[in-house]
Amino acid sequence: MELLKTFAAHYNYFITIFLMISGLFIVIARGNLIKKLVGLSLFQTSVYLLYLTPAKILGGTAPIYEEGYKLYSNPLPHVLMLTAIVVGVATLSLGLALVVRIKEAYGTVEEDEIFAKDPEAE
Amino acid sequence: MNVLSWGAVEPQLPILLVVIPLLGALLTTFLRNSFLAWLVATVVAFTLPFISIHLLVTVLQTGQPIVYNIGNWEAPFGIVYRVDQLSGYVLSVIAIIGAVIMPFARRSVAAEIEERARSWYYTMYLLCLAGLLGIVITGDAFNAFVFLEISSLATYVLIALGKNRRALLAAYQYLIMGTIGATLYVIGVGLLYVVTGTLNFDDLASRLSAAIVDPGQRNAVVTALGFIVVGLSLKLALFPMHMWLPNAYAYAPSFATAFLAGTATKAAIYLLVRVVFSVFGVGMTLENLPIGEVVIVLSIAAMFLASISAVFETNAKRMLAYSSVAQIGYITLGIAIANQAGMTGSLAHIANHAIMKTALFLALGAVFYRVGSVLYSDISGIGRKMPLTMAAFAVAGLGLMGTPGTAGFISKWYLAVAAIDDGMYSVVFLIVASSLISVVYIGRITEVVWFREPSKAAAQAKEAPLSMLIPLWLLVGATIYLGFDTRATVGTASEAAKMLLEGVQ
Repeated sequence: MELLKTFAAHYNYFITIFLMISGLFIVIARGNLIKKLVGLSLFQTSVYLLYLTPAKILGGTAPIYEEGYKLYSNPLPHVLMLTAIVVGVATLSLGLALVVRIKEAYGTVEEDEIFAKDPEAE
Repeated sequence: MNVLSWGAVEPQLPILLVVIPLLGALLTTFLRNSFLAWLVATVVAFTLPFISIHLLVTVLQTGQPIVYNIGNWEAPFGIVYRVDQLSGYVLSVIAIIGAVIMPFARRSVAAEIEERARSWYYTMYLLCLAGLLGIVITGDAFNAFVFLEISSLATYVLIALGKNRRALLAAYQYLIMGTIGATLYVIGVGLLYVVTGTLNFDDLASRLSAAIVDPGQRNAVVTALGFIVVGLSLKLALFPMHMWLPNAYAYAPSFATAFLAGTATKAAIYLLVRVVFSVFGVGMTLENLPIGEVVIVLSIAAMFLASISAVFETNAKRMLAYSSVAQIGYITLGIAIANQAGMTGSLAHIANHAIMKTALFLALGAVFYRVGSVLYSDISGIGRKMPLTMAAFAVAGLGLMGTPGTAGFISKWYLAVAAIDDGMYSVVFLIVASSLISVVYIGRITEVVWFREPSKAAAQAKEAPLSMLIPLWLLVGATIYLGFDTRATVGTASEAAKMLLEGVQ
């Protein structure tokens, strides 16, 4: 029961860790270059949760310095993650652009087939 | 009032170091003429060393760090840029390498990059330069991540535009590994933020000493350290996390390889040193996690295994790339030993290796420009056709081996002294033994280029143009000069080492 309570109280973190590990696993285990990028994106997304979970206060508003606003969430991690999202989008789009060029050059996006065509590339 | 007087500009120098290349990058995107783009990039790249050296000299004279509050928000509320002995030194190395190779760029880029992509190539170069300088100058952990990604994204493009289709795959692999590394770093920073509520390096350092005593927070701090060290090790290509590096360097355009080999991994090494020494403090690091021991073992593995890979390589650029992994091993070895001589040797080797390796890659870039290949079979006998280029290659190669009278000897000497100071006599032997392997791989390519009959491709080649020889010989001259007059490298490095190790106690 105690264990279940701890789990319920920290479920955000368990989701974060699950996303993190599955993202990293997909990057390592999949040979399809697009699927690898999906995994990479998932891995990066889990970091947003990691930052936002401790920053958000339930019922908190934006930090407005005025009568009637008492409880507010920490804005800094939200801003940081906005930047991280931009970085993630840029990485994903560049990665996809590279995959398009790889497909043009090799005719496939499967890693093993590419290595079969270019043994030295490994 | 004269707005542009020196008195008004001088306090703004730290931010200008990042803003000038960023604006230059913006400007080059609008220039369709590749010569104009090159001109803008060159002018920008040549202003940066003056700024960074001025900052470094000021710091060395006053002994006080220069702190620049962005938007006048003081730390820890705003982001600060901070130049101290260490960051000023690394900034100068990056800025000087970035400027010296620019004359080389015009012909090399014109030969290897399509016309319509050329001016954007200089855009990417300037973005990469801005990112690398930003990593080094910033005093904020998250800001460092953003600059890390700016430089990395630009780097992937710089690599992907190589002529060989393998460049695409190398860039893709680097993108995957680099992003994982940067994300691991940012996870570590996130954990630190949760524990301390700050991202400023100085502020983090003062709050962490309290957090580490608290048993509830200790695990988070140690985990953060683990994430950051592994993430940055991926970025700096510490063995065995170097798998992206050989292909990336081998198939990138010559200009990009020369630039990245001298600067990109150095910025990551700087960030690792900054976080481990200035933020965590090495005392805490070594007591709680055996990071020092692990890094020493990995460094020695890099020195041997990467050097052996270099011996059997038949692509000259890949050979030098493996050698880079080995040389990074020397740098991390001294950092992990973490005494005065070790830090001095490592930091001096950051500059020495940047100079020597850039010179070697410039020489190969000139060969590629004339021959169109850097495979041993194609460049055999090229020394007779391009004697000035290959003589420079040989001298820089001597430096890489650590021959007395060159810069490479100085840094290895300090590393050996560091190992003796710490009583690790076997490490001294290993440093010497691994240097002997570098004699083999440099000796092998020397034999190929000087003592064999010219290949078909090499027989047609002629000496490299002057715009390529001048930067090459400048760097080779520096290799020799820094082997005798070590005030610039060892002098500054020992100041930086003293500051880092004092901060720990």
